[in-house]
Amino acid sequence: MSTQDINVKQQPAVAATGGDTDTLLATEQLTKKFGGLTAVDSVDFSITEGEIRCLIGPNGAGKSTLLELITGQLSPTEGNIYFDGTDLTGLDTHARIDTGLSVKFQSPHVYENLSVTENLRVPLQRTDRDTQRVLAETLDRIALSGEADTQASELSHGEKQRLEIGMAITLDPKLMLLDEPVAGMSIDETDDVAKLIRSLHDDGMTFLVVEHDMEFVRRISERVTVLDQGSILRQGPIEDIESDDEVRRIYLGEDA
Amino acid sequence: MSDAADTVSRIRGRLEGPNTYGNSRAFWVGFAVLVTALAAYPQMTDPYTVIQTARYFAVAFLALSLCFIWGYAGVLSFGQVAFFGVAAYTFGAIGINLSSATGVTVAIVGAVAVGTLAAALLGYFMFYGGVRDTYVTIMTLVVALVLNTFMAQTAGSEWAIGEAQLGGFNGMTGIPNLTLGIGETGIVFERAGLYYALLVSLVVAYLGLRVLLNSSFGMTMVAIREDEARTETFGYDVPFVKLVVFTIGGAIAAVGGVFYASWGNYVDPSVFGIAFAALPVVWVSVGGRESLLGAIGATLAIEQMRTALSSGIGPIGSEWALVIVGGLLLSVILFMPAGVVPTLDSLVDSVQDRRSDQGQSTQPTEEAVE
Repeated sequence: MSTQDINVKQQPAVAATGGDTDTLLATEQLTKKFGGLTAVDSVDFSITEGEIRCLIGPNGAGKSTLLELITGQLSPTEGNIYFDGTDLTGLDTHARIDTGLSVKFQSPHVYENLSVTENLRVPLQRTDRDTQRVLAETLDRIALSGEADTQASELSHGEKQRLEIGMAITLDPKLMLLDEPVAGMSIDETDDVAKLIRSLHDDGMTFLVVEHDMEFVRRISERVTVLDQGSILRQGPIEDIESDDEVRRIYLGEDA
Repeated sequence: MSDAADTVSRIRGRLEGPNTYGNSRAFWVGFAVLVTALAAYPQMTDPYTVIQTARYFAVAFLALSLCFIWGYAGVLSFGQVAFFGVAAYTFGAIGINLSSATGVTVAIVGAVAVGTLAAALLGYFMFYGGVRDTYVTIMTLVVALVLNTFMAQTAGSEWAIGEAQLGGFNGMTGIPNLTLGIGETGIVFERAGLYYALLVSLVVAYLGLRVLLNSSFGMTMVAIREDEARTETFGYDVPFVKLVVFTIGGAIAAVGGVFYASWGNYVDPSVFGIAFAALPVVWVSVGGRESLLGAIGATLAIEQMRTALSSGIGPIGSEWALVIVGGLLLSVILFMPAGVVPTLDSLVDSVQDRRSDQGQSTQPTEEAVE
């Protein structure tokens, strides 16, 4: 864990207590360059099993790039990614998913022409879980039981976002990656998603959530990582981050 | 009794699903009537018509193959005729050299294997090389056209595989009839016999594809068609699935090619030509990309029409046949973008909806119109 201190000045105590055995995901000197631009710059970052980690930072900080490096949509210029004891770096996206990752990207990508149930079936049929039970359970969880046969294109934005989270969780992942799960949602819809994440977390799921909405972050998160210009600026409990002067100036200051 | 009913419902369960049209009892009754009518057809018409119809059945395999890969996996191949033609030539080459019953049986298997392998090879380079969308369309067409050019210049006697002359522009002649057997004894399928062999094969291919499309593999194909990137993030190996789909498509086209070569005892480079390459796209677009039966039906109808027009009807000369087919394609794309069968299906659905609405007019309709 000592490598983290290179970029992080105020390393909080949590990292020290989280032993290597509990580390679910770790990046090592992860770097992504697009031409002359370094989007992610030598990031050493790790997530402990069972936590909900939020990733915040101004636009262009490299949050989504980091997520795409983890899922394999992008390949790193340098560095490695380890997940649950496996080196993911050279693997294709589908092989990474098989190690126990699941992802929901920023804009909803449901199968518009398929019904809600069919949408859930696509990921679910890859697992050996009991189809009927998981379908019923998931529909209930994402509060779409009444829309099971509705074509996805007829759902509201909030319902699509919930459906997508539902699709991602049917894989029963160890780590769930969510990119702005409440973007464009009403207060009530945001509330539903927060509850959904908390209940999945209670069942033992680990989360990495990229989010702008600080109110939402406060509701779900235990620990926050602040990215700025491709590097980790701060990392720690939400209250420490929110009271940090530099974070306030660079990121939260925008809202004030 | 209940055992039989169980079996029927189990079989129907495999054949039916959201990915195929025709999931009602009425459909299967209609289907049985249609197949029976087609089986009785040779008894009711002249031998020439039977032979012509057998040719339509043979090329209908091309429609099935394209419908499968384009309609369900979103891979628009403009070159399904390549695998059809490769199988046709291979059947000829093996069949002419080993002319015994066993030889022709080997030729059938060999030709389908070579056609399938050709599709697997091309598919491997395309899908693992990241070729997508329109580039797949262009590349498959180019492969067909290259084969067209190549085969057209094989006129000399040096262009022979054993006793089989490739024949250049004039094509390969003396291809044996379809024969299944051992040694010198076998069943030869010609004329009405070939018609029945084709009918049975077509029905088997249709039902087999329905089972496949309604299985979890079919669901995966549809998911890839709808959103390739998203499907990959559920852990699907998208290039591999597309390769498998493309290879199956190639195999179906190859079966058609074998029938085609044995039907006319002849194959020439025009099977790789652009006019023939375009026809499957027309059949499938008109019948409906997502309707296997629609694609077959459109093939039969359009080919029947082309045959009728080729001798000219009244003042309309034969040169108008392709123009009329093109016009048909344009009107379908304009007025029925999903094709004839899906349009009819949604029409039937809306009539039924209206009828059930009238039946229970107290029920509020929940229709989210934006």
